[in-house]
Amino acid sequence: MQIEVKFAGFGGQGIMSAGKFLAEAGLEEGKEVVWIPSYGPEMRGGTAYCTVVVSEQPIGSPIINNPTHLVVMNRPSLEKFAPTIQPNGIIIINSSLIPITSERTDVTEILIPCNQIAIELNNTRGANMVALGAYVACSKVVSLEVLEKIIRQEFAKKPKFIEGNVAALKRGAEVASQEMEKAK
Amino acid sequence: MAKVLLKGCEAIGEAAVRAGALRYFAYPITPQSEVAEYLVRRMPEVGGVFLQAESEVAASNMIFGAASTGERVFTTSSSPGISLMSEALSYIAAAELPCVFVNVVRNGPGLGGILPSQGDYLQATRGGGHGDYKLLVLAPSTVQETVEHIMLAFELADQYRNPIMVMADGLIGQMMEPVDFSAAPKPNPPDKSSWATTGAKGRKPHLIKTLFLSPQLGEEHNRKLAAKYDKMRANEVRYEAYNLDEPRKVVMVAFGTTARVCKTAVDALKKEGIEIGLFRPITLFPYPYKPLRDIAERNEMRHLLVVEMNMGQMIEDVRLATSDRKPITFYGRQGGIVPSPEEVVEEIRKLL
Repeated sequence: MQIEVKFAGFGGQGIMSAGKFLAEAGLEEGKEVVWIPSYGPEMRGGTAYCTVVVSEQPIGSPIINNPTHLVVMNRPSLEKFAPTIQPNGIIIINSSLIPITSERTDVTEILIPCNQIAIELNNTRGANMVALGAYVACSKVVSLEVLEKIIRQEFAKKPKFIEGNVAALKRGAEVASQEMEKAK
Repeated sequence: MAKVLLKGCEAIGEAAVRAGALRYFAYPITPQSEVAEYLVRRMPEVGGVFLQAESEVAASNMIFGAASTGERVFTTSSSPGISLMSEALSYIAAAELPCVFVNVVRNGPGLGGILPSQGDYLQATRGGGHGDYKLLVLAPSTVQETVEHIMLAFELADQYRNPIMVMADGLIGQMMEPVDFSAAPKPNPPDKSSWATTGAKGRKPHLIKTLFLSPQLGEEHNRKLAAKYDKMRANEVRYEAYNLDEPRKVVMVAFGTTARVCKTAVDALKKEGIEIGLFRPITLFPYPYKPLRDIAERNEMRHLLVVEMNMGQMIEDVRLATSDRKPITFYGRQGGIVPSPEEVVEEIRKLL
């Protein structure tokens, strides 16, 4: 089983970090992982995306045109990538900034107001962790506990950011689980 | 030690440090500036030196000088930078000095772009600099393999007293993969006291030079170098044969990142019951001519598909290996576009 998830948004939203944390968590669970950034001539504030592959098998092509899952933090990313997601995939939409949906009927689409939740938690920069928590709750690619451990490791040198980000992760997972229940 | 998640560029830096290469001279260029970014922090921890030169020309000539002392030295750059370094590469090869050059290839020609490419294949294997010299060229396809190749490169450089090139591409440089350093061999540099210029107090001075004005000595030197390259051809050929345990009608030939994409294409077709082979040269020089010829000469083998991120460069070696006895089709993407497994599968279908 191979999961390919694209995280996309604009520069500064913590897209690359969210992807990296997921890859670290996959590695921690003993899985094969690859993290592929979009590195092109981009300006600050421009679009940013990365793809994370988590697999039980050695990973072949790092070029993924049709990922299984998508996490989008801004509207241009949704418009650009939603049509590329594989049928039966998952799309997590940051509804705080994206007023539309993918209009796809063959995927599980979960709307999470990531920025709003982050603001409620007094952690305005934590929207990426809300999205990550929501994504992991929906996809179960890795366990939330391992992801929390990774966040604690990654911020070990900046401990004041740990609890806020862990809270954002957990809240994102909680809200996503409620949304999944509603969708059933 | 457990596996760590590293960007290709960071892994290159760490692998060199673990190979005992503590002298790094470089000039930044995308997509490999993170090597320098990593080493500027790492070198002081291990008592090493990172010196940012004023240009690639300077960096490569610092390598020339530092390699003369027998220290393990290396530089990293990307395509336009390697072009600038090619003069020094010719001199270093002529002077028979061990060192490692890493080329994280980006698309060209000219300034080109910053995205991945394999457009420097001919430059690496046929020489970007002047004269009859050869680099031993390793082409990794994963971050883990890049680490192994960097470490191997320092061993081979010392063994052959020759510059070794590790040719990656922008994708390998930029992506993150788990890396395991636990199997890393202990650096084992040979005794270099017979030639290294380490200060001649109390002994006869050593002379390292590339000027041979006497035609006889010039010819002798060229023959000596050629004998060394022949030794590499005899002993250092490396390749991977994937899904080739049985003869296949269609066999792909690809290296580096492209080979990885082709592997996924092989696996995808296998699920449909279609068996395709993949031949992956790991050393680009010496090229695995004989193993490829043996595969191509199987009666069942009908068609070769060469896949590269360029306009068709390695295909010249495939033609040399097979003497054009079987049809060869080329599929390539340029401008920094990496071919997708789906595209490769479509190309194979055309040949079935």
